[in-house]
Amino acid sequence: MTAINVQNLDVWFGSVSAVRSVSFSVAQGQSVGLVGESGSGKSTILRAITGLAPDWSGSIQALGQDLHGAARDRSFFKKVQMVFQDPYASLHPRHSVDQVLSEALHLQGMDAISKRTEKLLDDVGLGPRFRFRYPHQLSGGQRQRVAIARALAGEPEVLLLDEPTSALDVSVQAEILNLLTDLRADRGLTYIMVSHDLPVVAHMCDNLAVMQNGSVVEMMTADALRAHQAIEPYTRELLAAST
Amino acid sequence: MTLLTVNDLWVRFPTRQGIFAAVRGISFELGQERLGIVGESGSGKSMTGRSILQLIRKPGQVQAAEISFQGRNLLDLSEREMRSVRGNEISMVMQDPKFSLNPVMTIGAQLMEAYLQHNRDNRQSARKKCIEMLNAVSLRDPERVMNAYPHEMSGGMGQRIMIAMMLIPDPKILIADEPTSALDVSVQRQVLSIMDKLVRDRGMGLIFISHDLNLVAEFCDRVLIMYAGRIVESCLASKLHEAKHPYTRGLLNALPRLDNPRAHLEVLQRQDDWMHAPLEQTQ
Repeated sequence: MTAINVQNLDVWFGSVSAVRSVSFSVAQGQSVGLVGESGSGKSTILRAITGLAPDWSGSIQALGQDLHGAARDRSFFKKVQMVFQDPYASLHPRHSVDQVLSEALHLQGMDAISKRTEKLLDDVGLGPRFRFRYPHQLSGGQRQRVAIARALAGEPEVLLLDEPTSALDVSVQAEILNLLTDLRADRGLTYIMVSHDLPVVAHMCDNLAVMQNGSVVEMMTADALRAHQAIEPYTRELLAAST
Repeated sequence: MTLLTVNDLWVRFPTRQGIFAAVRGISFELGQERLGIVGESGSGKSMTGRSILQLIRKPGQVQAAEISFQGRNLLDLSEREMRSVRGNEISMVMQDPKFSLNPVMTIGAQLMEAYLQHNRDNRQSARKKCIEMLNAVSLRDPERVMNAYPHEMSGGMGQRIMIAMMLIPDPKILIADEPTSALDVSVQRQVLSIMDKLVRDRGMGLIFISHDLNLVAEFCDRVLIMYAGRIVESCLASKLHEAKHPYTRGLLNALPRLDNPRAHLEVLQRQDDWMHAPLEQTQ
């Protein structure tokens, strides 16, 4: 079954078209990566899916449900969640980890919130002693774990990851990538991951789409990329720059 | 020829929990070479770069047996004398051009200000000199760039402008603090090779501070690896992949690699004794 299906997607910001007729689909339990330099429109696709970029045309289906405009209902957010790039900016500085997670759980209509908060912290490898800390008392990696825990609150099926590790050190990046790998294996999650780092995307994803100037220039499997079977000159250029 | 000698450098910050040492007694020398300093955030690599130029403000304290540049101990200089060293003799390129350029001045005005600060010259030849410099960093249409404001420039262009500005007074040493971390991979190489070429042509010393091991291995001659304010290993860049220290190995193995797919990445296991490790020479 397809989890996310995007057909002929165009996204505008005012008169600027940021994404031009992009089509791809992600099967359930699969992970797809979007790679490209900044301004290539890779994050904009995620924003269009979640309703953060209101001006788009084409069709987007999420778990069999057709999406329109910028409005998304509760059932959508229960199934599809997003993790942002900057863990420093995506947590409320005056809310403790407990508040952040219990608010997310409450909004997702969960019961036994206290118990679930503990479970969430456990799942992302933080443990109960982090429960009453504030974001400034956490390191970048720990903050990103909290952001991932918050996304997992509603037990979603699809995670949209917008450069989840590009603000982190390589050693912390390895920890977060391992966590994401384990979570996907345990819960059968579907990932769409955006990154400018080819090795990271190849590590996490089965398939990837290379983007330039708002269009997908090439789609290929991670194995084909490793075997140097890239056809487009732009993909080769990116490859040369990242090895 | 040794350009810069740093001996037993400490940087300390008083905090409510007592004194925190960000850099703990490191020593190194820089000749006409490209020296890379790598480490995670918080390892003290930026503080090392800043303390050479004495850019650490109170309440931070810099202490060293010596930081000598061409026979002069920089620690003995007054603030006024230090100002003639900064820019003229030792320059620094910061991480993000967005925060280093003045948003309400044209690029040209800023470049010319930097040039006239260090040279007695009239405005016309200053302008010509600046345009030459913009050409040297491969900016297309330098006339247009001179009249543009920083927000009209992309990140890569901004960083090249910063490099041009830093090189105008013809310094002996360039300290580049994560000069390409805010840039795209494809632009990164371009900016680095421009910097590399200029540094080599002029016989300058380069201190390249970065968290990207591969980049450093490629663009430097020698690498210092820092952990918790100490240099844990120093090796030739070409031999970085044969590094022995478990911290360096950990950092190298934590990177996902295209040619070596794994289900799980190796996670760095920190050990307390690294904090006290003496410098291991592996040259």
